[in-house]
Amino acid sequence: MLELRNISYLVDDENGRNEIINDVSLDIREKFVAITGPNGSGKSTLAKLIAGILKPTSGRIILDGTDITDLNIDERARLGISFAFQQPIKFKGITVRDIISLASGKKLPLNVVCDYLSQVGLCARDYVDREINDSLSGGELKRIEIATIMARGTKLSIFDEPEAGIDLWSFQNLIQVFDSLREKTDGSIIVISHQERILNIADKVILLADGKVGSFGEAGEIIPSLANGVTDVCSKIPGQGEQTIG
Amino acid sequence: MARKLDQIELNMLHEIADLHQIPDGAYNIRLNGESAGRNSTENITIESKTDKPGINIIIKPGTKNEACHIPVMLSESGITEVVYNDFFIGEDADVVIVAGCGIHNCGTDLSEHDGVHTFHVGKNAHVRYVEKHYGEGDGLGQNVLNPTTVVYIEEGGRMEMETTQIKGVDSTVRETTARLADGASLEIREKIMTHGKQVAKTNFTVDLDGEGSSANVVSRSVARDESTQKFVSCIRGNNVCTGHSECDAIIMDNASVSASPDLDANNVEASLIHEAAIGKIAGDQIIKLRTLGLTEAEAEEQIIAGFLK
Ligand SMILES: Nc1ncnc2c1ncn2[C@@H]1O[C@H](COP(=O)(O)OP(=O)(O)OP(=O)(O)O)[C@@H](O)[C@H]1O
Ligand SMILES: [Mg+2]
Repeated sequence: MLELRNISYLVDDENGRNEIINDVSLDIREKFVAITGPNGSGKSTLAKLIAGILKPTSGRIILDGTDITDLNIDERARLGISFAFQQPIKFKGITVRDIISLASGKKLPLNVVCDYLSQVGLCARDYVDREINDSLSGGELKRIEIATIMARGTKLSIFDEPEAGIDLWSFQNLIQVFDSLREKTDGSIIVISHQERILNIADKVILLADGKVGSFGEAGEIIPSLANGVTDVCSKIPGQGEQTIG
Repeated sequence: MARKLDQIELNMLHEIADLHQIPDGAYNIRLNGESAGRNSTENITIESKTDKPGINIIIKPGTKNEACHIPVMLSESGITEVVYNDFFIGEDADVVIVAGCGIHNCGTDLSEHDGVHTFHVGKNAHVRYVEKHYGEGDGLGQNVLNPTTVVYIEEGGRMEMETTQIKGVDSTVRETTARLADGASLEIREKIMTHGKQVAKTNFTVDLDGEGSSANVVSRSVARDESTQKFVSCIRGNNVCTGHSECDAIIMDNASVSASPDLDANNVEASLIHEAAIGKIAGDQIIKLRTLGLTEAEAEEQIIAGFLK
């Protein structure tokens, strides 16, 4: 499905060259893969590299045998990549109905739009004509973002922390959403998450640490290692690693 | 009726008044400087002025849920005119007035329509005033529209004014002045898009004289190519009142937009706010729509269409 070959992404900042993603190679064939890892480990960066929002400094990206490294964002989108942002984008005047229609590529009848919204737990009637702006809460924006990706129905869907801002009560529904997405797709779903309950339903879990693949395996193997502090955030901050107290 | 409207004129009628044919109810159609049809109803009387070009529209007190259409069309090149229309909206009336001006200029001469509209909104009356400006034509002649709107709102009266100018007007200077009595309110929503070398200037001057009066002036605009826009809103709070004005503009290419607020609070209980935001289309909005499969140009189009909706 998706193959990353020696992907690196470097930025120049005040500390000189910084390897945000460091020689990542992955072969994703499973239906449902979760990516986890500490804050700042490069998860969102990796997702943006796959969606074409960022261009790798080196390495190749292969989708179903086609090298897509040199394709831009919309070319990749049309080849079947969808990406739900960690922080959904707000607009002025574009409504929920507009964005879901744009995502599906055609003008959708009202009942179809409502159906997507109901699936993510939003009372459709109250939301279809709302503008996607600051008047929507963080959790509502995240749910609409998920509905948008469902409406696209592409072979590869990437969700960046879909659970963020979703209340606990609705969490079970969210799990159901991903279960049913997995049922329907003949492609792959990649979910970036910090939530054990999401990692648990994944076929494989990728642990990203410091821009590198720490491990890639079954949820049952990876999750116990998370508790053992493999993912120490401070090791990334220069100087902090050496500090010892007492 | 002077004569039947031709296809170009019907098309303009659709653009400026959302009408596919001669409307029901009260209307007055002005075509190339002459009346092309008029209808008064039991509650809405339309009559010609005797001292200058224009009409009086008199709406009886208590008239509810009626509409009045007064489109103006110039389909011959080289007509320039100044027209005075006065609206008298009786107490407790609740009506919609749809005005609009379309210019189809295929010639090389200047076509200009300057409309001066004066509204007298009676006590507790409510009027929604919709005005659309539209120009077209493949000639070299300039299309010029200079609308002036003067509004007086009596106690408890309410007016909503929506003005739209999306296409084809080379030069426009819009002057709107309003004076509000106790408890009166005014809401103005303006939408403008300019292209090429077009120039659009808008001046709003609102006097909040009455206790508890309020005004909200919102302008959304898009300036493309080499066009220029200037937005001035002056709100004077002369009593316990609230005033808000907002200018939100997208600039593209080599266009320029300027927004100047002018707030005068002449009473300690006056609360006046101005907000202005001018900038290019947000890059992350374009990226988001591209991840849905739209090209950059398609994404821009959707963002602008939404913005001006
Ligand atoms: N353009 C940039 N310039 C400098 N540093 C950057 C740039 N983009 C990202 N980074 C850094 O790269 C690291 C990875 O960021 P990224 O957003 O991918 O993390 P993440 O794993 O998604 O974290 P989180 O769990 O908080 O969402 C962070 O330390 C971030 O500060
Ligand atoms: Mg992230």
